Amino acid sequence: MSPGRTIGALLAAVVVATVASLCLGGRVFSPVEVGQALWSGDGSSHDQVIRDLRVPRTIVGLLVGAALGLSGALMQGLTRNPLADPGILGVNAGAALGVALAITQWGIVRPGGQVWFALAGAALTTLVVAVIGRPRRSGGDVVTLTLSGVAVGAVLTGITSGLVLLHPRAFDSMRSWNAGSLAVVGYDRVLAVAPFVVAGIVLALVLGRSINALALGDDTAQALGVRLVRTRVLALVAVTLLCGAATAAAGPIVFVGLMVPHIVAALIGPDHRRVMVCSLLAGPILLLGCDLLGRYVAQPRELPVGVVAAAVGAVLLAVVIRRRS
Amino acid sequence: MSRVVAVRLLGGRISGRVRVRGVLGVLVLLGVALAVGVASLPSPDAGVSLGETVDVLAGRGTRITELVVLEWRLPRVLTALLFGAMMGLSGAIFQVVTRNALGSPDVIGFSSGAYTGVLVALLVLDLSGPAVPVAATLSGLLTAGVVLGLAGHEGLRGARFIILGIAAGALLSSVNTWLVLRATAEEGLQASQWGVGTLNGITWADLRLTAGCALVLLPAVMAVARPLALHELGDDVATALGLRLRSRRLLAVGAGVALTAVTAAVAGPIAFVALAAPQLARRVVGGSPPALVASAAMGAVLLAASDLVAQRVFAPTALPVGMVTVVLGGCYLAWLLYRRG
Repeated sequence: MSPGRTIGALLAAVVVATVASLCLGGRVFSPVEVGQALWSGDGSSHDQVIRDLRVPRTIVGLLVGAALGLSGALMQGLTRNPLADPGILGVNAGAALGVALAITQWGIVRPGGQVWFALAGAALTTLVVAVIGRPRRSGGDVVTLTLSGVAVGAVLTGITSGLVLLHPRAFDSMRSWNAGSLAVVGYDRVLAVAPFVVAGIVLALVLGRSINALALGDDTAQALGVRLVRTRVLALVAVTLLCGAATAAAGPIVFVGLMVPHIVAALIGPDHRRVMVCSLLAGPILLLGCDLLGRYVAQPRELPVGVVAAAVGAVLLAVVIRRRS
Repeated sequence: MSRVVAVRLLGGRISGRVRVRGVLGVLVLLGVALAVGVASLPSPDAGVSLGETVDVLAGRGTRITELVVLEWRLPRVLTALLFGAMMGLSGAIFQVVTRNALGSPDVIGFSSGAYTGVLVALLVLDLSGPAVPVAATLSGLLTAGVVLGLAGHEGLRGARFIILGIAAGALLSSVNTWLVLRATAEEGLQASQWGVGTLNGITWADLRLTAGCALVLLPAVMAVARPLALHELGDDVATALGLRLRSRRLLAVGAGVALTAVTAAVAGPIAFVALAAPQLARRVVGGSPPALVASAAMGAVLLAASDLVAQRVFAPTALPVGMVTVVLGGCYLAWLLYRRG
């Protein structure tokens, strides 16, 4: 497919996913009903479900999906590691621990406050994992970096679970957040994370050309005029913004950032800049799709989107591993 | 460092070579395990001190202290020691077979897989008793079979095996969450806690069941796994020595999975003991392939100590021991990776 057509098709799919996310669920609405509720709502319980639950849920799904998809593509290009993913490399676990600390230690319940802790947690974790999984002469970098992320992520997730367990009341308002969920988010959360997601997206797209060159190897990239240190630092800033904000919004979600770039690359080829743009669009489709699936498979309750994404993503990870070799 | 002594018993009918450091190390570890076990017996929450515990053990306890120590504390402490030993042994077998410190059943998803079997047995099929560990073992073996099959020709020795195992673990833990959500009234918060192994609420009945399984498994495991240490000499040498490698390895993996599965059936998937015990045991007793007995003893020490920490550190709230092992074990794994040249 030509790039223009691919982007067009992806945009159409984003629209479909958005409409489906607004209409489907425990109560099913027709698109017309949704439209009426949005433009001429009279405050019926109907309208309230759409306006106060479905709309923020869908917007957060779009933002988080875009952030995770793009950060996955960015990390895979940056580390030349096809298994890089903000979940697998522990970054989301770090952001989640930041939020859990904010809630339990300082009683911060406003999303606008929590997001800063998420960003700090994501930044620190990125640094720690990068140091532990640093490239070695002896090779084997893919496995070492991946396992470093898994190890650090396990530790941070364990601490977060402990905090949640010790302070059950503090988490009352965010019951399913720790499993990765879009179910209960309000407009305050949307507004708190949106600026960071947008900033991260802009920064990542600006870096696109340099990331493309980096994928060819450090020497070639330097010869092409890429400033290695500056590019890496800025890319880490972008990753931190995207993952921190996404986790503050929806909890730690693994594998979305892994899956999206691989699916996209299978469709359009390995050009990192294009993969990044398309991942930005494919991420929301995948995340909203997982969220929709979660609304139905465990009825009468909902399965958190993070659980669905982990299941779908693990299968894809197996496929990716099988195909490399 | 590695002094070897020849031992002859019964006029030479039983003879063998014994590494002095190995034997001393195992004795020390057993002593530490015993000490941790005794230290775990008192219950500050129930107002039973160490002195009263000693009284109970000497047969001079009151009815209440006997109830607390013998009925509440003792089964839990014994379970921690036994499970720790089983996990340590299982980890050692896997690490010998995969020749990789990271190839242990908790890292590569077999514990989660066994736990899926437990949940299916309990929540979907309504089974109980000895059927649960059997279901756990079958499910663990199935997981191992699928991961091995996917790993293809590289088999047990490749990095692919480990990454695929991690993927299987992630998939199965979300399946576990789904099973729990489907079948119980627990909401997201509790559901996200599921699958963290815990020894809270262990009874004598649990312990009897597991001890029965262990009695069957342990001798079989030792018989299968001991000669595997020869693999460290390399496949060629081992084949020349007449070992049928492939079948024996698969048998050993099966035994290792069964050991993990039995613990998961009762306590859930407790992470990282199987990973850390053999590596730490090696540092005590030396030797390049992880020694089986020493790994088991180290596992007992680790799990009993972790459970003690889990109960005391935020008392009166008892954390699931899996939370403590995941934090300690994850740090240890990170350190192992950090030091890799």
